[in-house]
Amino acid sequence: MTTVAVKPATMAQALTRAMRDAMASDPTVHVLGEDVGTLGGVFRVTDGLAKEFGEDRCTDTPLAEAGILGAAVGMAMYGLRPVVEMQFDAFAYPAFEQLVSHVAKMRNRTRGAMPLPITVRVPYGGGIGGVEHHSDSSEAYYMATPGLHVVTPATVADAYGLLRAAIASDDPVVVLEPKRLYWSKESWNPEEPAPVEPLGRAVVRRPGRSATLITYGPSLPVCLEAAEAARAEGWDLEVVDLRSLTPFDDETVCASVRRTGRAVVVHESGGFGGPGGEIAARVTERCFHHLEAPVLRVAGFDIPYPPPMLERHHLPGVDRILDAVGRLQWEAEG
Amino acid sequence: MTVLEQRGAYHPSPPPAWQPRTDPAPLLPDAEPHRVLGTDAAESADPALMRRLYAELVRGRRYNAQATALTKQGRLAVYPSSTGQEACEVAAALVLQERDWLFPSYRDTLAAVARGLDPVQALTLLRGDWHTGYDPREHRVAPLSTPLATQLPHAVGLAHAARLKGDDVVALALVGDGGTSEGDFHEALNFAAVWQAPVVFLVQNNGFAISVPLAKQTAAPSLAHKAVGYGMPGRLVDGNDAVAVHQVLTDAVRRAREGGGPTLVEAITYRLDAHTNADDATRYRAADEVDAWRAHDPITLLERELTGRGLLDEAGIEAARADAEAMAADLRARMNQDPALDPMDLFTHVYAEPTPQLREQRDQLRAELAAEREGDSR
Repeated sequence: MTTVAVKPATMAQALTRAMRDAMASDPTVHVLGEDVGTLGGVFRVTDGLAKEFGEDRCTDTPLAEAGILGAAVGMAMYGLRPVVEMQFDAFAYPAFEQLVSHVAKMRNRTRGAMPLPITVRVPYGGGIGGVEHHSDSSEAYYMATPGLHVVTPATVADAYGLLRAAIASDDPVVVLEPKRLYWSKESWNPEEPAPVEPLGRAVVRRPGRSATLITYGPSLPVCLEAAEAARAEGWDLEVVDLRSLTPFDDETVCASVRRTGRAVVVHESGGFGGPGGEIAARVTERCFHHLEAPVLRVAGFDIPYPPPMLERHHLPGVDRILDAVGRLQWEAEG
Repeated sequence: MTVLEQRGAYHPSPPPAWQPRTDPAPLLPDAEPHRVLGTDAAESADPALMRRLYAELVRGRRYNAQATALTKQGRLAVYPSSTGQEACEVAAALVLQERDWLFPSYRDTLAAVARGLDPVQALTLLRGDWHTGYDPREHRVAPLSTPLATQLPHAVGLAHAARLKGDDVVALALVGDGGTSEGDFHEALNFAAVWQAPVVFLVQNNGFAISVPLAKQTAAPSLAHKAVGYGMPGRLVDGNDAVAVHQVLTDAVRRAREGGGPTLVEAITYRLDAHTNADDATRYRAADEVDAWRAHDPITLLERELTGRGLLDEAGIEAARADAEAMAADLRARMNQDPALDPMDLFTHVYAEPTPQLREQRDQLRAELAAEREGDSR
């Protein structure tokens, strides 16, 4: 038996590996987008794919997001599995009509005769010092669209597992890649990647008894840091990583909240009309009698994404999370 | 010194990337639309094809009339008639091989029917029974697209995929004059030309985007001219001349099949009916304009040619009409039956596997239906 050294790998490398393995095992998998070929993507996530699989399998397209996704629809109609890169969150908006009117609905429109196995990769979120239009958190738009699966990895292993599962899915999946975690490293054995799980399973990243932090994607490391810091306050926080926003894992989330009796939802995206409102409502509907306090939200402000020199004030940080945890002592306030 | 002057100074001869890549002249459409009927060219047209086109036009006209009548009876939610445009619809269906694909817009039900689709299945969307009543793969007809021009990039992607797989397949995509203003029209044509995809785009220019006339839609000399900027040929054809449309599309399909890349065809035609039954066309166009187009009706043009050359007599005309009448009677009878709908289907085709959330909602609806049935039986 050979043992492969477990080496540090970045999330970007795991995503690349996921596409490479998918392309190697299934000749119908095609990658397309602006700059994905020769350059390997502006984040280098498609690095080497064009060289290994040829330009027909990893294609530099004209700069046109609706055209990229629209062409992917036709390719999927003919039996291919396109993996589309949208380069940046706010650049995906021109493709929104294709996504909402066709990608999400084709299975439904055709009564199941024509499912579209399309993966849409969207580097998203802030914290990288990008200028405007480069840091949006657009997950609420995708979540509000029936017919789409929406997933977002927060770890290197999940980046591989979720992208493999997305490409293997017979339904369209929007993979929101937290771009500020692209270079985060973990020990990872690419020869034995985590088993490809079905989409829609949340996971408890840190067990705790005092309260649950419900989070995903770029906010997971922040929540884990907050949980460590909370120990000094005598709080033992559980951290749940959703991984999948659609379908939503009520079971894991509610089991945790029933154990702890308190919950805070944490995400970068704005709070008004944001994912946290939906999550708080679901938790309240299902766990009301277990709750010791209202479900709180720690979200980005309800403002257009701020300029990079101010973004640290917008992004939910450890202090803001700890403040919310403090407010969970509802009885004391009552 | 301006930037342009600087650039000129440093680059006396432009690098290759700045040179025009294609000679635009062969791509330009002719000044006049291609016509066959009423010209000498009609003598060399295939009589069998002309008679086939005639029969399909008569059927198509009857189909449009029957569907419009079904709307008035409340059997269809809406019907965007292609009366006056039947030559484009029929020719689009007939130039394709069985393995080719048709990408229709919401007004192109007739093209789908002429391609062989069951008329009732083709009307499913407009009846409100379901969104698409047929399996697109079975007939190689994409779902009728209601958002404008969004089906065009699909046609490009499908044709591209077919070529990657080594299949000899052409995609023909239909769009209206209003659709040429959409961003997806531009992106589709650009992708098609860059990829040299085997696609043909047919613009049915019927003069109006609902109420907005072409002059307020574009400042281009013709819609066919738009092709040149993408590096593909633009062709102009009389959209009421079924033989001419068939010829131009046949050439374009052959060119695509042989690896020559995409073509943009503009067919100049006219929508004799209103946009849909919900529209009042008298608000935006004069009766004499409609009358002038009635005199240039696609059926009249072909009938005159065929009878003038002794290829069709009264009996032939009657036979075509009787065939169309039978189709209409069958359509009427079948459309007057209420479709059997299962409300549980609402959840069946959203995802391959319903999400836990949809399973809950499915259970809720099932309980509501059971309660309804119980109420009925009381």
